[in-house]
Amino acid sequence: MAVVKRTIRVNAPIEKAFQVFTERMGSWWPATHHIAPEAFTEIVVEPRAGGRWFERDAKGRECDWGRVLTWEKPHLVVFSWHLQPDWKFNPDPARASEVALEFTAEGAETTRVELQHRHFERHGEGWEKVRTGVDSPGGWTSVLAPYVEAVNAIGRKEL
Amino acid sequence: MDTYIKNELTALGDPTRLAIFELLTEHPRAVNELAAGLPVSRPAVSQHLKVLKNARLVKDRRAGTRRIYEVNPEGVAMLRDHFARLWDRALASFKKAVEEEHEKEKEDDSRNSSHGSGKAHDPSKRTH
Repeated sequence: MAVVKRTIRVNAPIEKAFQVFTERMGSWWPATHHIAPEAFTEIVVEPRAGGRWFERDAKGRECDWGRVLTWEKPHLVVFSWHLQPDWKFNPDPARASEVALEFTAEGAETTRVELQHRHFERHGEGWEKVRTGVDSPGGWTSVLAPYVEAVNAIGRKEL
Repeated sequence: MDTYIKNELTALGDPTRLAIFELLTEHPRAVNELAAGLPVSRPAVSQHLKVLKNARLVKDRRAGTRRIYEVNPEGVAMLRDHFARLWDRALASFKKAVEEEHEKEKEDDSRNSSHGSGKAHDPSKRTH
């Protein structure tokens, strides 16, 4: 299973961390990563299992990203990620990866957030388009270049 | 580099190849073991393995008379990079957003309290 794992700590209570993640995703999600022709004004997570996960642009047009598979506010949310590498929605669950976010209170003002993005090998073909987009000049790869080696080193251990 | 990535990604585009790759992520296997678990012939499996090997997603080694195939961590790491970088960026941005919002709310709270406007918060109640 191909998987990316990340753990971060935020200086905020667990309820706040969960709320900002799920209710205000559009305020922090990298604006370069969207599937509609126009930029999103918000990213909506419907707060229930089976809920939609989608972006909405200024004209109210919506583009799906995936579904909410598990909703255990404020501890756990799991999404299916249906965005193909060319950032088109594919409804086939067999072609979707999964993103799980676990929130753990380490104190009144500290929350540990653990991310797992798994099964992304299911996306199959078209990966080169993502990479082309992501790695294009002026994209963010250059900004994060120092990460890449570390990511590779960690990633191999996780395999 | 580009050609290399392209090969790799195209390699997983076929459902049978994806199935073979997923079987190999469980543990290394010989060709006949793979063929036994899939609705395709042994030569077809060999052909798919060749594509996966060229894409550097799997590698092989000789074990006596058999050839054992296993996942090539190098190729898989390439696939993983995309999401790793996306999430590094998204989570850093999320952390900033949540902490800024929390700080702002704390400031608003203390401002309301010190002005005694009593609009949203009564400091005497917050100690309970």
